[in-house]
Amino acid sequence: MRYMCLIVTAPPGPAAPTPELTEAMNVLANREIQAGRMLGGGGLLPMDAGARVTLAGGKFTVLDGPMVEAKEVIGGYALFEFASKEEAVASAVEFLQLHKDHQPGWEGTCEIRPMIEH
Amino acid sequence: MNDAEAHRAILAVWRVEHPRLITSLARMLRDVPLAEELTQDALVAALEKWPATGVPERPSAWLMATAKHRALDRLRRGPMLERKHGMVARELETEQRAMPDFDSALDDDIGDEMLRLIFTACHPLLSREARAALALRMVCGLTTDEIARAFLMSETAAAQRIVRAKRTLSESGLAYETPRGEERAARLASVLEVVYLIFNEGYTAARGDDWQRPQLCNEALRLGRVLTAIAPDEPEAHGLLALMELNASRTAARTDAAGEPVLILDQDRGLWDPLQIQRGLRALKRARDLGGASGFYVLQAAIIARHAQARTAADTDWLGIAALYAELARVAPSPVVQLNRAVAVGMAEGPAAGLAIVEALADAPALKAYHLLPAVRGDLLLRLGRFEEARAAFVAAADMAGNRREEALLRRRAAEAGRGVT
Repeated sequence: MRYMCLIVTAPPGPAAPTPELTEAMNVLANREIQAGRMLGGGGLLPMDAGARVTLAGGKFTVLDGPMVEAKEVIGGYALFEFASKEEAVASAVEFLQLHKDHQPGWEGTCEIRPMIEH
Repeated sequence: MNDAEAHRAILAVWRVEHPRLITSLARMLRDVPLAEELTQDALVAALEKWPATGVPERPSAWLMATAKHRALDRLRRGPMLERKHGMVARELETEQRAMPDFDSALDDDIGDEMLRLIFTACHPLLSREARAALALRMVCGLTTDEIARAFLMSETAAAQRIVRAKRTLSESGLAYETPRGEERAARLASVLEVVYLIFNEGYTAARGDDWQRPQLCNEALRLGRVLTAIAPDEPEAHGLLALMELNASRTAARTDAAGEPVLILDQDRGLWDPLQIQRGLRALKRARDLGGASGFYVLQAAIIARHAQARTAADTDWLGIAALYAELARVAPSPVVQLNRAVAVGMAEGPAAGLAIVEALADAPALKAYHLLPAVRGDLLLRLGRFEEARAAFVAAADMAGNRREEALLRRRAAEAGRGVT
């Protein structure tokens, strides 16, 4: 089953990763890609580089970043093929462990969302 | 929003809406070049109106309505004796009166029509350059200005190339047809050739100051994905996509911080994009599963895949690569392929074996002005310790190179050979 994993932190978003964390994440991503589990993913630039398009009350609004009122910010995503939710959770723990090891003080959430199968 | 921002916003909407617009019009009018002209008319109208009114809520419907009005105008103005035009005009008028349901008209599957569009733009009757310009214009929705910049030509020259190509199509009665059966395979080759030409123009710019122009690579990749989506059973389409993905995966490693080219064996493999390599390998597998293992593009993709799968340059499977080049030379005999085989053989069996193949190519007319022939020769001579001959070969190669960055690299290598550095 496919899982979308979203890394969520408090604003203004995750601090730039230390070189050690970047290296560790690359190694992990490479391993997962070669294992055929990781299908896509990457880090996201801060919200001030992005925009938000909203439909509300029949009206579209386009709001350029940064989003001062945002309560949480998506810092990155990865798309995986996992056999079970347990596997997805284990993978998320491993990913967050890298942050604990290589970027002291980092706090955030990895949200695991199975995708609808067609 | 200032004018420049409005302009960019309109072009962005245009890029999204363009494929559905041109394919719907082409189907309606049974005339691809005319449809292309009308979509351009609609773009011009949008560029005039939207800065003042803002982008309308349904830009696709607006563009389609505008294009249809222009179509009617034009058909009314033109000689109405032709039965086809009369019929199309009546259909359009009926549709207008019936308050057309634009959304349903636009939501039809555009696959077949897109394939027709690509086949028309890439008709073998046209020169390769004309095909590339038309494909970028009609399929990718690039503006004349963007095409001119992509091929380092003046906007006037690009516009003329496009106008002439469209006229050729119209006058030859090829404005609306889809090849079937055996002809289709031959025509597909013409399409793939154009897509690869566009990719290569971006990947190793033949001319100019920059070594790579990623926008062209991305357009070619997008075209490749379109082709595999609408012609999923064609192994060569998957092979070409694989080849482009695998080559593009090295983009970040191909130049150093100063923009100078870095050769594949010297590249930092950590900078290769592993996800793109995976996509390339998947496309390659798909091509083989379809029975296309010895196709022209599939073989080239298989060669690049050997590089992509080597963890270090020293791990490269040169014997396998040399064998693949030998098969490629059988499928598509060409001195360029032989030259590449010489490189692989030079790595697998030693520089003397490679040099023997290169020397046999010395008089090939097709390589007379090809800078990579003396460049490869220089490399093999250098490894044999024949420094002075190597230096002369690199100088000859540099004199022939059209790209400034590539020329500089070859001059550096000549100087190093002159100092006896391998």
